[in-house]
Amino acid sequence: MSRRPLVREVPPTTWYFRQPRYMRYMSREITSIFVGAYCMFLVVGLQRLAAGPSAWEGFLQALTSPASIVFQFLALVAAVYHAATWFNATQKAMPVQIGEDFVPGNVISGAHYVAWAVLSVVILHLAGVF
Amino acid sequence: MTQMKQRQVQLEVLRYNPDTDTEAHFQRYEVSCNEEGVVLDALNKVKETVDPTLNYRWSCHMAVCGSCGMMINGEPKLSCHTFLRDYEGVIRVEPLAHFPIERDLVTAPDDFMEKLKRVKPYLIPKKKKPISEGEYKQTPAQLMKFRQYSMCINCMLCYAACPEYGLTPKFIGPAALTLAHRYNIDSRDGGRKERQEVVATAEGVWDCTFVGACSEVCPAHVDPASALQQMKITSSIDWIVEHLIPGGKSARDTVSREDAGDIS
Ligand code: SF4
Ligand code: FES
Repeated sequence: MSRRPLVREVPPTTWYFRQPRYMRYMSREITSIFVGAYCMFLVVGLQRLAAGPSAWEGFLQALTSPASIVFQFLALVAAVYHAATWFNATQKAMPVQIGEDFVPGNVISGAHYVAWAVLSVVILHLAGVF
Repeated sequence: MTQMKQRQVQLEVLRYNPDTDTEAHFQRYEVSCNEEGVVLDALNKVKETVDPTLNYRWSCHMAVCGSCGMMINGEPKLSCHTFLRDYEGVIRVEPLAHFPIERDLVTAPDDFMEKLKRVKPYLIPKKKKPISEGEYKQTPAQLMKFRQYSMCINCMLCYAACPEYGLTPKFIGPAALTLAHRYNIDSRDGGRKERQEVVATAEGVWDCTFVGACSEVCPAHVDPASALQQMKITSSIDWIVEHLIPGGKSARDTVSREDAGDIS
């Protein structure tokens, strides 16, 4: 009997439409574009700050434009979503075993959310928001 | 005995005959099955009453042997563990994705078998001792550390779910890497360094982008995604110890022993 296995190719660019879970994965990965773009944005801000008071004023002015606000909003949503997927992943990457039992996964992820909230409050406080 | 409630089942099964076909095609079947039946029962009914030429693998009919994996409505499933009552309308049955089709629903597992071998999925004792010295002992806690990762039934559903494996067939893949992890974290094992040659490479854990599909489809709750992420962490620590800490090369073995939860 002949052996002639049939190989089915995976479509290299459209594979993630095949499954909702692949779409979820892609949406997580795409958030990194926004996170990266926002980092560039911060670097530009630093550069403007170094260039002197008038350059900095101009930068602050540009921040209030509608396009800039829309971008910052999208970047915030993407960063929050990305952070949530990251925290949810910590329970898989860093299981904690005590004796024979494992600490429940949501405790590990939960601890990260708590640390996130605490650090955010500290940073907002240091930044003089309240 | 009262007659069990029956259900009309329509199946759309992918057929491929290597002797006559150049392409696969779908074939429709309709059979009557027990209300409480599974997809494998429907396939058996087809083979017994409609079409004896239909090929597929199965053995235990109780989600233990891992041989009846198929794509059922596009999802990798054990057909003996997939209940007909959970489906409406025509059920589409295809061979496991990402594996070459041998015939009908039978795929060629050769690639997976090859990869399993490469990760050395067996105990490599830290210190060989003669049988007269007795067994290698382990505490219940040390057992629990790897137990989940030892439950794999080699069904390959995780490979069929993993887009990374589909796109990059060189990827060692979820189940084989998870077995490497299972032995790496076994307190009796000392083979991590040997396995790292395969694990800590681009084809190993670094090909994994944490889609997480493997863990979602695994019928044995092995959670391969967690094993791979843990191995990424230990592999990164290895790299830091080796490259950034003076005299760190020998520390790799220390990492390996701690990793194995050695409490001696
Ligand atoms: S890890 Fe799970 S899905 Fe993958 S082969 Fe083992 S039992 Fe099957
Ligand atoms: S027949 Fe054994 S797992 Fe389905």
